[in-house]
Parts: sequence; structure tokens; C-alpha cells
Amino acid sequence: MEFETVIGLEVHAQLLTDTKIFCGCSTKFGGAPNSHTCPVCLGLPGVLPVLNKKVVEFAMKMSLATNCVINKSCSFARKNYFYPDLPKGYQISQFAYPLSEHGYIFLDVDGAQKKIGLTRIHMEEDAGKLMHDEHNPVSYVDLNRAGVPLIEIVSEPDMRSPSEAADYLKRLHEILVYLEICDGNMEEGSFRCDANVSIRPMGQKEYGTRAELKNMNSFRNVQRALEYEIKRQQYLVECGGKVVQETRLWDDASGVSISMRSKEEAHDYRYFPDPDLVPILVDDAWVEKIRRELPELPLAKRERFIKDYQIPEYDAGVLTADKALSQYYEEVVKLCGKPKQASNWVMGDVLRFLNEDKRDIRKCPITAVALADMISLIEAGKISGKMAKDIIPDMYKTGLSPQKIIEEKGLVQITDEGELIKTLTAIIESNPGQVADYRGGKEKLFGFFVGQAMKATQGKANPQLVNDLLKKMLAG
Amino acid sequence: MELNQLTIHELQEKIKNGETSAVKITESVFQRIDAVEERVHSYIRLLKDEALVAAAIADENIKKGQIKPLTGIPIALKDIVCTKGIPTTCGSHILHNFIPPYDATVVEKLRDAGAVFVGKANMDEFAMGSSTETSYFGPTRNPWDLERIPGGSSGGSATAVAADECIASIGSDTGGSIRQPAALCGVVGLKPTYGRVSRFGLIAFASSLDQIGPFTKDVEDCAIMMNVLAGFDTKESTSVQAEVPDYCQFIGRDIKGWKIGIPKEYFIEGIDPEVNAAIQKAIGVIEKCGGKCVEISLPHTQYCLAVYYIIAPAEASSNLARYDGVKCGFRTSDARDLLEMYKKTRMHGFGAEVKRRIMIGTYALSAGYYDAYYGKASQVRALIKKDFEEAWKKCDVILTPTTPTPAFKIGEKTDDPLQMYLSDIFTISTNLAGIPGISVPCGFTAAGLPMGVQFLAGHLEEGKLIQIASAYEKNAQIEKRRPKL
Repeated sequence: MEFETVIGLEVHAQLLTDTKIFCGCSTKFGGAPNSHTCPVCLGLPGVLPVLNKKVVEFAMKMSLATNCVINKSCSFARKNYFYPDLPKGYQISQFAYPLSEHGYIFLDVDGAQKKIGLTRIHMEEDAGKLMHDEHNPVSYVDLNRAGVPLIEIVSEPDMRSPSEAADYLKRLHEILVYLEICDGNMEEGSFRCDANVSIRPMGQKEYGTRAELKNMNSFRNVQRALEYEIKRQQYLVECGGKVVQETRLWDDASGVSISMRSKEEAHDYRYFPDPDLVPILVDDAWVEKIRRELPELPLAKRERFIKDYQIPEYDAGVLTADKALSQYYEEVVKLCGKPKQASNWVMGDVLRFLNEDKRDIRKCPITAVALADMISLIEAGKISGKMAKDIIPDMYKTGLSPQKIIEEKGLVQITDEGELIKTLTAIIESNPGQVADYRGGKEKLFGFFVGQAMKATQGKANPQLVNDLLKKMLAG
Repeated sequence: MELNQLTIHELQEKIKNGETSAVKITESVFQRIDAVEERVHSYIRLLKDEALVAAAIADENIKKGQIKPLTGIPIALKDIVCTKGIPTTCGSHILHNFIPPYDATVVEKLRDAGAVFVGKANMDEFAMGSSTETSYFGPTRNPWDLERIPGGSSGGSATAVAADECIASIGSDTGGSIRQPAALCGVVGLKPTYGRVSRFGLIAFASSLDQIGPFTKDVEDCAIMMNVLAGFDTKESTSVQAEVPDYCQFIGRDIKGWKIGIPKEYFIEGIDPEVNAAIQKAIGVIEKCGGKCVEISLPHTQYCLAVYYIIAPAEASSNLARYDGVKCGFRTSDARDLLEMYKKTRMHGFGAEVKRRIMIGTYALSAGYYDAYYGKASQVRALIKKDFEEAWKKCDVILTPTTPTPAFKIGEKTDDPLQMYLSDIFTISTNLAGIPGISVPCGFTAAGLPMGVQFLAGHLEEGKLIQIASAYEKNAQIEKRRPKL
């Protein structure tokens, strides 16, 4: 039987506000356990939450960037459950009245645009972390993360394959980072994802029973976990079994998921409006103010790159996938005026160096200015492309400008005609056989003479000049 | 008269005239405590050393001419408001060792106003009760009859004022917890508008209903206390951003031409005849003062108790989830895993009434029951609010009994929660509507038990309440008695 996969995703993104959602504590990652806490985020008796307005504005940005409708009024609710990392015994979240709803983004699927619906975006607080002592039956609670603002982005069950799901996640990730409201760090948990997966026989309208997958902390893991889950469900059905509604935990090391809790064991969160917080009223003026603050988003930037810089779609995609990279690229173009060359150098050498070192573009030793200078030097005929290939690793290693490296290595191109003629004459004289063959019609031998010239000048000769002179001299 | 028997405004006069000192006042309060506290049990914790230090500092300030509204005035705090460095138990075993690292906003305000804190007053556990019998630290007794309850949940705050173990006190009122004990102990008690006095540092029972207010010996003291307590607080999202008037300006003003609403639904069967008679007499006094009494209707009154006993426990079930043994307070020492720690900590940490309400509230919020209980209760609550909005079109202030009966015997209703809940029947609607209410003494039963009359007004109209209560107090000529202890 052929099956169709149905996937919906819930993404939790930590917001980059300076302070927590309901108190003034720092949101910085790291820090000694419980050093970023106060009575409010510790949930001590008698304290009250006060909403950080920045959180609403960040969440509004994401809503607008994903075409969501921002509700005129929204409110917080309490999600009640017991766990030691949840100091109040409830999480302040949004339930019946989320910030925004009915959004969508587009994915490229097989060359076509596919619309993926966003059910809602809501704000909530993060929980703390537990640390278990490996040798003693003791657990420790670190509440630094408790109260760090999150948005939860819930998609419609619109994805039909693990690769679409991974694509969707990459798009969301890209937008969040572009908006500068989330650092997108999956290892540190600033970008987390749960997936709802089901299968159904091809052509069936009703959804199958879904399983919820948790604990996938990289794009690759999401894809692997989904692939595993689909296989698991298909196998179950093909063997005459049934998929049960449950929450499953992905175990990356063993490459399988394990059941965490069944539907019967599911929490009854007893959501109700949080009486300590008042509804948030969002008027048009506020929405417009936020809309004006929105930066250019990845999709728009991609299209602009293709149009304005005349670079291939593929290049535009690579260069805009990371906001900082796109800014670096644009800076280089602005300085040297050569978009295609800039794209080749950035995507070729620069990205290769960075990938090898697992280094961020923001920490790239080759500054945009240095790279632009190098491209300009090539354009001006001061150095050859080959020379550039030789010096760019030094630029990366040392962080020096191309001029400085050229100077130190004595690499300036020979553009002195008289000097070159001397060299070329010597070559012609010492290779009479090849000259005769060339003149006899073996034009392929021209390359041999160019090679000899470059060898003799250690690559410093201006190739164009060598070409011109050789042609004349060999013509006899 | 002993110093501890005087009012705030009387003591302020004496302080200003140099007739007495803060230390002398404080000492007289502690002498009284030494004499009667064993029998009354107003306090969970006394702060004698701290009080004497604070009084000495107050005297220094007085010498320098720096006299603030409460300089040198001994005040008792219900043990539900957090006091920095001083244990705050909420009357519960689960918080018996909790020492807050912060002051409630009202504590800061009182301290800034020069108050001297006498101690932390006894209360029903987590303010859940109408008799102060559910306190983990034992019951408080009514100074007018030690066999009887003082009301609750702010019983200790009421008796401390009634028995002259302090000059004024702070209580909290979720469904009548200030006004009911004020009536049963013969003192003045005000529940302000929701949001008028900061809840920051008030250990939550039912967040949408809780409100802090004062207990005082007369209405003028109530105005003085409100001047200190009221005001916007950035630490509370539900705090009301509105000007605070000088409440003392309402003292002594007449109420000529005011329309006083008498809600027919509040004069029900089961109301004690002596209470009914006292209220009828109070209506007469108000009319003599120039007020015109009109019958009004608050048609959803019969649902108040039901709505309250869904909303309050629902919120409480969530508010009390934080007492899990993880961060602070009591934790069982006998648990092998997390679930057992939770279960045993909460089983042994909470008393029966608290557990009853957590269960009711958890049930009311459960999947499949939410709409029928919490959802419906919220809708009816909106109708109850509307009843009052309609009423204000017909009258300025509403007059009702504060309680249906005088103080009952200790143990009389502990086995019958429904009977216990009924003792708040006249006070609950106020909290559901978020409006202010005041209870003023209106006489004694033949057995010598005090009774109270309650006035209610619209949002932020505490001034009106003080005005009518002050006019009533002046004209009713209620016999000045002190409990014989």
C-alpha cells in the first residue's frame, strides 16, 4: 500500500530580549546556576508577573514576517503541571487567545512554491533545567532559563515529507535570525522543534492517528527522526497493527524513538486565564510601527540579489541563507562593484575556509574591505586570478590586506613590456623546435609558451600582456 | 485609657504634643499582649525586639520633627503578607519555615509611613476559612467570648485590634475575610476596590478576588490607613492607575440626599433576628442622617456563593501548585522518588480545608468540566458585576448586613463546610464584582456579641464608603464597650 505522510511542526524559539518575560532578570545563556533569578522567576509565594513589552513586539515581528493576523486582543493563560523545573507549578502561556493566527510561508518544493499554513504564534515563558547527579540519587534545579521568553509557532499539518519539514524549519529559522529576535542556536536550545506525524493511505482524506516526536535538536535529527517515525508507522500498519496516539522521544545516539507517554497518560493542563495578567490590546498604530521596523526578509533579499546583482538563483540562495553572510557579500559588492566575482570568491574560498574551521562569517579574518580590494586588484590587472588564489589563504590566516601580502611576498605583477620581451625572447630562442612547429600550424603550442613565460616569472607576468607579446613575437 | 486602647488619630495627637512616645505606645501594646495573648491567640509570631527598635527610631524622628502618617503606630500584619527576613507562614505547615527575601508592597508602604510592626497575625490556612480555625498554628478566639470564633480568614488581625493588642492591622479579603471578622469582633474593616491596594507580596489565594485592607478601631483610622495603603504599583499588572484622594477629607461630611440601596435579596431566611434588628436600626440611623433608603435588586445574588466556590478554588488550585517541596517551605523527608515527594509534601503540608479546595478547583478546571464549571462561573460573575452597575443607577451606596449571624462557637461548623461557607454569603459578591466594601460595628446582641453593617460602593469609591461609615458611626452612637478579658 502506498502511504502519504502528514507532518505538522511546533517550534519554540527563545527571544533575544535582554530581560525575562515577567521580571527584570537577565536572559543570558550560561552563568552560574540560579544566578539569573529573582523572587518572581523563582515563583516564590506572593510575587506577581509584569509583562516585558519587548516580548510582545518581537512576537509581533515574527507574526508579520510570516503573514499572521495579529489579534486585537490576546491574553495569557496558565498551563498547569508539576515538574521541578517549573517553579510555579504552571507555565504562563497563551491558550484560547494567542497573539496571532492564520499565517503562512512558502517553500520551494520541486521547483514550485508550496504554501505552508501557520496556525498560530503565541508567547510563553521557558522552564528551568534539571541536572541529575550521576553518582547519587540527587537532582539539581537551575532556574536561570525559567522565565526566558519563548514564542511557539504552530504549523498546520501541511508538510508531506521529512525534507519538506526540514525545509520549513530552515525557513522559519532564517526568518527568526533575520529579524534578530532569536539567535537560532539549536544546541543551546534557542530553537526547538516538536513534530506531529501521521500516515494515511494515498488518497484518503481523514488524517491518521498521530504521534508527537520530541527531543530533536538539529535539522538533521528532525529529518532522521521523521524518517524513522514514518517507517515505524508504515511497518505497524502493514503488519496489521495500529498507530496509537502517544508522545515519543527521539534518541539520536541509537537512531530510534521511544514511547514517552500514551494518550491516557497525557497531562490535563487545566488551562485557564491567568488572573495576574491583563489582556494585551494591540491597535493598528502599534502593528504599523512594528511593520515599519521589519528588516528585509530572506525571500525578498534573494529575489533582489538575483535581479540587482544578476547572480544565479543558487548563489542568491546560498548568500542569503545567513543574514550576516548576505551583509558581508553586499558590503564586498558595494566596495568593488563586481557582484558575480564577489559571489564566486565568497561562495568559493571564503565559505570553504569558514566551513573548515566551523567559523561564523562574523568572525571571518578576511574583512569585506580586504576581499573587495583583492577583487579590485585583479580587475585592475595588478594581480592575476592565480595570484589571488595563492594569497587568499594568507589573507585568511593573517587577516592582512591583499596589498600587504603582495608587498611582503614581492608578488606584484610584471607589466613592464621591455622586461617581458627579454624573457620571452629567451624562451623562443631556447625552444626552436616548438617555435617551428607552432609556426607550421600547431597553434595548440601557444599554451606551452604561456606556461614557460609564467614559470620563468614565477607567475608574476601579466597574462594578457604575455598573450599579446607572444602572439606578435611568434608570428615572426 | 491605656495607650494601646487609643486610635491612630488620638495617638498622633499625643505624639505631636509630646505627651507620649512611640516606645511607650509599643510597650503598652506588648504589656497587653502579655496579658491576653495566651487566651486570644491573635498572633502566629510576635516581633517585640524589632518593634522596640523601630519605636526607638520613630522617637528619634519625632524629636527631629519628622512625623509621618503612622510614625510610632503599632500595626499587626496578617501572616499572608511577605516580610523580608521574617517568617511568613500563611497559617500553613507547608510554609512554616518560609522566610521571604522581600517585603510586600504594603509592608514597604507602612514602614515608609513610620509604622511599627507588632507581629504576624493568625489566619485560616492560606486564607481559606471563615473562622481562623484552619490555621496550622491553632485557632484564634473571639475576645468578646473566648468560646467563639473571631471570623476569618483574617481572624488574628481582627482580634488584635479588638483586644487592643495593636492599634490597627492589615488583613486580606477574598470573599469577606476582612469584613466578616471585623463585624464579628466589633471593629472597622475595609476591603478596597480590586487593584486599589497592591497585591505584590500578598501570598495568593484567589488572584482575581484577593485584596488587602485595614482593620481599625474607628472609621477615621480606616481613612488614615487607606491613605498609606492605596496607590498604583508597577509590580502588579492588575494594579489600578488612578489618583488616590485624601481619604481623611471624607470624615465628618454629611450624606444628605444620598440614596442608599437596600438589596432585597440580602434579607433572607436564616438571617439572625438580632442581626436583622440591628440592620433595621442602622437603616433608621442612615435615614436620620439624611440618606434616603430605596429597595434595589441584585438578581444574581443567589448564585454568588456557587460562583465563588468555583472561581476561588480554581485559582487556588493553580496558585498553590508552587508548594511542591522543591524551592522553599516544608518538604517530606520520606520519599523515594519525585512523585512520592510531591504527594507526601502536599499531603502533610496542607490542612484538610486547603486540600478540599485544591481538589474542588482542580476538578472545576479539568478537561470536560471546564465549560460547565469555570466557564459558566465566569459568565455568571459578569452578570453579578452587571447587577451592581445597574444598582449604581438607582443608589449611591448599598447597605447590607455584613454577616447573617454573630460569631458562632468554635468547632460548631468545622464538620460542615457548607454551613461555614454560608457565613460569607453577604460579603462574597463584592469580591466577585471587584468593588469596595466596609464593615462598621452596629451594636451588640443580648449575649454581648458585636455585629456589623456593611456598605458597598462602586469602583474606586472608597471615599464614599468612608463618608457614609463615618456619618453612621457618629450618629449611631453605638455604645463604647471593650471586651472583658
